[in-house]
Amino acid sequence: MEQTYAIEMLNITKRFPGIVANDNITLQLKKGEIHALLGENGAGKSTLMSVLFGLYRPEEGVIKKDGRVVEIKDPNDANALGIGMVHQHFKLVECFTVLDNIIMGVEPCKHGFLQKAEAREKVLALSEKYGLRVDPDALVEDITVGMQQRTEILKMLYRENEILIFDEPTAVLTPQEIEELMQIMRNLAAEGKSILFISHKLNEIMAVADRCSVLRKGKYIGTVEIKDTTREELSRMMVGRDVEFVVHKEPAKPGKTILEVEGITVASKTHSKDAVKNVSFTVRAGEIVCIAGIDGNGQTELVYGLTGLEPLKSGKITLEGQDITHAPIRKRNTMGMSHIPEDRHKHGLVLDYTLEDNMLLQRYFEPEFVSKVGFLKRKAIRDYAGRLIEQYDVRSGQGPVTVARSMSGGNQQKAIVAREIDKDPELLIAVQPTRGLDVGAIEYIHKQIVAQRDAGKGVLLVSLELDEVMALSDRILVMYEGEIVGELDPKTTTVEELGLYMAGAKREGA
Amino acid sequence: MKEQKRSLLRNNAVQSLLASLLCILIGLLVGYVVLLLINPAGAGEAIVTIVKNFMTYSRRNAQLKYLGSTLVKTAPLLMCSLSVLFAYKVGLFNIGAAGQYVVGAGASLYCALAWHMPWYVCLLAAAVAGAVLGAVSGLLKAYCNVNEVISCIMLNWISLYMVNTLLTRVKETTSPYTFTLASTNPGAILPKLPAFCMAWFNDNQYVTIAIPLAVLAAVAIWVLLEKTKLGYELKATGCNKFAAKYCGMRENKNLILTMAIAGGLAGMGAAMLFLTGFEQWQCTQSSIPGMGFNGIAAAFLGGLNPLGTILSSYFIQHITNGGAYVDKTMYSAQISDFISALIIYLCGFVLFFKFALNNWLDRREEKKAAKAAESAEEGGKAK
Ligand SMILES: Nc1ncnc2c1ncn2[C@@H]1O[C@H](COP(=O)(O)OP(=O)(O)OP(=O)(O)O)[C@@H](O)[C@H]1O
Ligand SMILES: [Mg+2]
Repeated sequence: MEQTYAIEMLNITKRFPGIVANDNITLQLKKGEIHALLGENGAGKSTLMSVLFGLYRPEEGVIKKDGRVVEIKDPNDANALGIGMVHQHFKLVECFTVLDNIIMGVEPCKHGFLQKAEAREKVLALSEKYGLRVDPDALVEDITVGMQQRTEILKMLYRENEILIFDEPTAVLTPQEIEELMQIMRNLAAEGKSILFISHKLNEIMAVADRCSVLRKGKYIGTVEIKDTTREELSRMMVGRDVEFVVHKEPAKPGKTILEVEGITVASKTHSKDAVKNVSFTVRAGEIVCIAGIDGNGQTELVYGLTGLEPLKSGKITLEGQDITHAPIRKRNTMGMSHIPEDRHKHGLVLDYTLEDNMLLQRYFEPEFVSKVGFLKRKAIRDYAGRLIEQYDVRSGQGPVTVARSMSGGNQQKAIVAREIDKDPELLIAVQPTRGLDVGAIEYIHKQIVAQRDAGKGVLLVSLELDEVMALSDRILVMYEGEIVGELDPKTTTVEELGLYMAGAKREGA
Repeated sequence: MKEQKRSLLRNNAVQSLLASLLCILIGLLVGYVVLLLINPAGAGEAIVTIVKNFMTYSRRNAQLKYLGSTLVKTAPLLMCSLSVLFAYKVGLFNIGAAGQYVVGAGASLYCALAWHMPWYVCLLAAAVAGAVLGAVSGLLKAYCNVNEVISCIMLNWISLYMVNTLLTRVKETTSPYTFTLASTNPGAILPKLPAFCMAWFNDNQYVTIAIPLAVLAAVAIWVLLEKTKLGYELKATGCNKFAAKYCGMRENKNLILTMAIAGGLAGMGAAMLFLTGFEQWQCTQSSIPGMGFNGIAAAFLGGLNPLGTILSSYFIQHITNGGAYVDKTMYSAQISDFISALIIYLCGFVLFFKFALNNWLDRREEKKAAKAAESAEEGGKAK
């Protein structure tokens, strides 16, 4: 008997200038299953999902729903067919409330007047039922990414979608939130909803998915049953070679102090309490110091304070013996501070600029790239960008002249990492440097970070991922509610102990 | 071959050009319909007159002379549209070009008529005055977070009345107009073009170096935006001010600098008109000269490209001048402004048409691809 699928995407081909993003891809989604989609950065996952959601029209191929051919011209069509999507980069209106965002486009109206009370009840009921905690009246710009994510999910549920697409939902979540999300996904699937789930984290796929399809460079490689496969096999299918999951590194040989932070306090933007309270620590040459902690415990503000994006309320920062407490950002950067920012779209990139211009962002004023009278040296810039693209394997349709906005999320991240590491900084501040990267790219970036350390540079790593923290760091500082509550040695500590510190259940000297 | 054709239609510049032409066409069409409604008898003729502008004269000499007049007024318009465009590229909407134009006129005329300065000083004074006014909006935005549109609109009116007051000191006793340059300070009149160029315009006395200067300014702005470090920095600030801050660009400085440059352009534009002696300032005027506002339209019609604005500024001035020749016995005097306003208004749709054009291209390609797939299938079956 032939099985009917909830969704079938047959022989889909989608081209972009300079690249075939989807090359004859076939994907079949069973009803009630969680189907993972795996592939390197730029493999075409988001594109394929955007085709299903009606954002792109494929040049070739058909889409079937419940065995019938359907035409999806735009997201409204998708919505009418019960297809919903949570995008890799959220699409919420910042200055609207959570509730407004959820009902946008399908507002219940009576005689032309909004019936918000009704909508609100429905939203609250849904959020209760699925354990999706949100504050309906909070403005989106004020809530955490975790809550933004839940808002996006509620948006789909509110529209009573049957087919749910999650494009890298876990890249921005904390481990706790990821656990919650997986449970929510299981519940949804158990109810008969079909889920497409994109992730680079093989553990998650192994934990939650029923089947997994793998793409590589726009081509379909195969589909496997999760219960018959392993992490290693999946990564081999995806990258085409074996990937090392452990980071090899020699013991650290810390040298002179690079960064000294003395009692800094940074105000919070959202509430009246200080986000960072009287924090002191040092980073020495040749070591990787990691700030661990649950998201929202002041790590973001600490980095803003160090890099000069936010002013300090008090305290002192010394970089290589020079007081930079009040130094402008450019001064810090040229003195040898590099910063891989947390939010790649907000700080990391000028999305409307080309890839090469983005790679130039920290160096456009250097004599190598600009003549004495202020003309940019285009040739030098292109060569430089070409080298970085090659070295860091940044994939895009048109190389150096690709507009950053059109690049895949992971490749955008690679471009930023390349730019910041290649500056050869004395101090590298890396916030979630591997967010959204595939396992192969993570392996490479980790090697680069260790190489920086071995070259006698200081590295300050801020990461929410415990695996990354444990694998990379030479010293771990745990941040809880704006304070550093413990300093741990990754060689002697356990993940459990780290977790206790992060949750605030344990602190040094207490 | 086919590939080439496709890429040509997809080319941004070509698209801008097509979209602009379409806007113009629709504008003329709507204008024609309105004229028909008002007075069907002369509609066709009136539209033709507007488009013909100086070509309505049958004598070649007259044609050349009035081509010159159109160009004389194109120069300031081009400067104003460059002002708007420049600010726009940095993410600012400089609706204050009108006010900056006004203070430019005030400064240049006062320097010329009260202090008897030579032309280059007057020209410079106009640019400085415009730049200062622009910088005020920039400062307000940078340090007090006042939206530049609001501050610009208010400054427009403040400038107008300030300049009216100032120039009253150098006006004729019997009329509201300022002294003529020719009688008071001929040294303030911009130098004419070399003799052989003057011949092209039948020695129209108002044709001065202002015209090539404005074109030069357009090229300079293009170079500045596309080729220099400053342009790179300013555009980055305009596209994403957070990223600009992150990489150490000084956002506030850039904001103020941009508004100052934009203001300087508009201010200088005014001097390029008033220092030809083509017009005198009317000290009792109570509406802001439209030049700055038309600059907005010219900037968009030009596809927000400095070189494109050379063409669009000329076009807008062309029809504005042409409007003056419409038969006033059939239509009221305002009709010319009305028609040009219609076209200018439609210029705002350039971006919309570009979008529509892209959509249309997408659909056409899809159809082609579908056909190709079909025929390939058939071919396969035939085998
Ligand atoms: N709108 C677009 N215009 C041009 N090229 C695009 C566009 N969207 C995607 N691409 C290109 O198509 C390819 C596939 O991109 P896609 O976003 O689907 O990758 P992905 O598999 O989601 O990767 P990631 O894991 O990094 O998110 C990339 O090389 C990208 O540069
Ligand atoms: Mg993606």
